[in-house]
Amino acid sequence: MDMNEIKEIFFQECEEQLAELESGLLKMNDGETDSETVNAVFRAVHSIKGGAGAFGLDDLVAFAHVFETTLDCVRSNKLDPGPDVMKVMLKSADVLADLTIAARDGNKVDPSRTTGLVKDLELLANGEAPTGASSAPEPVAKAAPAPVEAVAAKPTDDSGFQPIPFSFDDFGDEKEEVAETPSFEVTFKPRSDLYSKGNDAALLLRDLSRLGDMSINCDMSRLPPLDQLDPEAAYFRWTIWIKTDKGEDAIRQIFEFAEWDCELEIKARSEAPETAEELPMQPIPFDLSMLDEDSIASEADESGANVAAAASTAKETAKATVQIVQATAGAAAAAAERRDGGDRREAAAAKADTSGGANPTIRVDLDRVDRLINLVGELVINQAMLAQSVIENDQSGTQGINMGLDELQQLTREIQDSVMAIRAQPVKPVFQRMSRIVREVADMVGKSVRLITEGENTEVDKTVIDKLAEPLTHMIRNSVDHGIEPPEKRAALGKPAEGTVKLTAKHRSGRIVIELSDDGAGINRERVRQKAIENELIPADANLSDEEIDNLIFMPGFSTADKITDVSGRGVGMDVVKRSIQALGGRISIQSRPGHGSSFIMSLPLTLAVLDGMVVTVANQTLVVPLTAIVETLQPEAKAIHSFGANQKLIAIRNSFCPLVDVGRILNYRSTAANPVDGVALLVESEGGGQRALMVDAIQGQRQVVIKSLEANYTHVPGIAAATILGDGRVALILDVDSVVAASRGQVLKIDGALAATG
Amino acid sequence: MSDIAKTVSHSGRELIAFRIGEQEFTVNVMNVREIRGWTRATPMPHSPAFMLGVINLRGVVLPIIDLSARLGMKPVEPSARHVIIVTQVRDKLVGLLVDAVSDILTVKEEIIQPTPEVASDHERSFARGILAIDNRMICLMELEAIFPDIESEAA
Repeated sequence: MDMNEIKEIFFQECEEQLAELESGLLKMNDGETDSETVNAVFRAVHSIKGGAGAFGLDDLVAFAHVFETTLDCVRSNKLDPGPDVMKVMLKSADVLADLTIAARDGNKVDPSRTTGLVKDLELLANGEAPTGASSAPEPVAKAAPAPVEAVAAKPTDDSGFQPIPFSFDDFGDEKEEVAETPSFEVTFKPRSDLYSKGNDAALLLRDLSRLGDMSINCDMSRLPPLDQLDPEAAYFRWTIWIKTDKGEDAIRQIFEFAEWDCELEIKARSEAPETAEELPMQPIPFDLSMLDEDSIASEADESGANVAAAASTAKETAKATVQIVQATAGAAAAAAERRDGGDRREAAAAKADTSGGANPTIRVDLDRVDRLINLVGELVINQAMLAQSVIENDQSGTQGINMGLDELQQLTREIQDSVMAIRAQPVKPVFQRMSRIVREVADMVGKSVRLITEGENTEVDKTVIDKLAEPLTHMIRNSVDHGIEPPEKRAALGKPAEGTVKLTAKHRSGRIVIELSDDGAGINRERVRQKAIENELIPADANLSDEEIDNLIFMPGFSTADKITDVSGRGVGMDVVKRSIQALGGRISIQSRPGHGSSFIMSLPLTLAVLDGMVVTVANQTLVVPLTAIVETLQPEAKAIHSFGANQKLIAIRNSFCPLVDVGRILNYRSTAANPVDGVALLVESEGGGQRALMVDAIQGQRQVVIKSLEANYTHVPGIAAATILGDGRVALILDVDSVVAASRGQVLKIDGALAATG
Repeated sequence: MSDIAKTVSHSGRELIAFRIGEQEFTVNVMNVREIRGWTRATPMPHSPAFMLGVINLRGVVLPIIDLSARLGMKPVEPSARHVIIVTQVRDKLVGLLVDAVSDILTVKEEIIQPTPEVASDHERSFARGILAIDNRMICLMELEAIFPDIESEAA
């Protein structure tokens, strides 16, 4: 994983922490100030601070630290979370969220927002009232111990350690065992490999010193006399006491690269206070600068005798240390366990509370879900293959096998549905964003518009939701900008001054249908036609149905806006929308009534991976045609076939004529035209409006197929949407009905032009 | 992965040698994902002549290229005798149809001779050098030159 991926994860977690923070603070605001809630709030800020520190997001760290300090006061009951305090807290949470977003996007937050709050937070931490108002008695009473706490909790993040032979006498409050900065005892003994791999103990110790207050004791007892000294070996052993609130993980992280080449032990020390006073240790003030000069050997040269003397004292202290360590180890382990137990319980409770409601949830990497879905897809294919071979090999089929197969099919389908449901999410978040966009755009263009949503809880596959936002935004902007008339005009027309945009979602026959409609002026078909002729998108005398005119707005570069506004008019909107929807495997169509409004109807597949298709053969090739596109199948009769122009054939269907499309020719499977009567015609409905009859050789059957991407290893092929694997293991191509129809229409248009030219 | 392929370690690099007709070529072993027998490919519409189609490689749709035709030599009639070398070029998988795989060679940079100056640029574009081993002439093939941009190829 590279840095960016880790950063991504961090920001995702930040979002969750911020949500926790907000809900916790709100609870506290309502009066629920039990320790669990307060702890959860504290932990949220603490986690954000820790992570931000790792990435060097200084602004975020600084603010989070002050916030955390004040929260710590609340947590240790030094600060009473009254209404004023909560106000500051909530504002701080908002600023923290802004800082996080700024950090993620690489922007900066206006410092004036933070400095005021920082001051307030610091005042609170010191036991003074933030703005001098109410609840004076309580904070004053706590003022005495508070300053001490504040001093102790001050950031010790500066580099350059100071060996502080601390004693815990200052902290008289027993309750603080959990609240005070935890201490750790780190035993670090590098092996010679550590140095040969480029690590330097001095640098590691220096980094460690940056975590918190630290004192080091170096055990040099193993240092041999000079003539036996191997300059490349490692003889020292350091025992380090460090007081840090960054947790054991931060300590381990420092030694990450050296972990395998040293002996590293980290013990949490919390009961140490009592035994610490008995500690007879004389910390040999260990000077890191000595190591930095990388001249241990030469130093040892001069102070050989000193070393021997020091070594013996070191040995004694080491021995004493070992005993103390063992004594505290037991106690520390017990304390750590208790703390862990508490933490775990809290965490479990917190988890249960998250994501609203009583359902415990679990966060899963999207990759894993994708893999699961793929495997289930394979399962479907395999099951189809199995069923096929049984049918082929055993016509009659024994009772047992057939029943077994049927059950297998049932089970596979159920597994597939369940797995798809994992990725299903309600469209609500997307719809909510739209509501804000409507307000913004309406403001920008000076109109009054309201958004009504329906079916927000309709569930759609996650990838569809992600990619839905953009097209919807485009369309809503168009609606508000072009569709809805200005308030005066609406009043003149007898419509309410406030325009309405309606966004609905519903499931329909295996797909999800999203409809965006407005009660504006509808599509101005004359203008559209004119613009299309001007931009040479259609010949001047082309005869297009209303539907086809409406669909002209989906052509690239099309725009009837006379000027380009900030909102729209560049003519890129609808084309991109259509392509985005199609990329999702969906369709979009327009219904418009002049004077009454327009409606954009999008139909999207519920899942992206599976498709119901009709398997057909064309020129000895097997193709799959999506079932949703097929309206009817029919066997053409000679008398229903009419020729039109030089190359076109039409088929008469119930008093209307439908152009025939020779799929084999369009896909270049054959060079000669096929005879429609020899094969089957599939009546399809395409987005561009209108129906076509696709000519295929034969229909093999209908089945559910798993969609395999072509673009992964190959490239997009015109006329082909994707590929799938059939029961016999071979690859079959899935036809892209819309593009095949479009290709055929190209032929129609050209022929028309030819006709016009010849008069 | 192809970056690793480019760096030559001190001990030389490993190449897989294969035969097309009478000629021998190699690809860097780091680009090769697997070697499998031939299966009939589903032809793709609007594809160049050397693109035989796609096959199903354990659920992945894999394009198969007739390497002989791609190098400008005679197109091949694929049959069960042929072998498909599944290679990774940049981030896509491509199957190369060849006659047979002959060898795995460990080759030091020094013994690679420069490509002879022949009239056609086409031959020189895909060859990175020549090896002379046991009286055989083996041509080092540059995969990325053969598939400079798969998209534009098939368009």
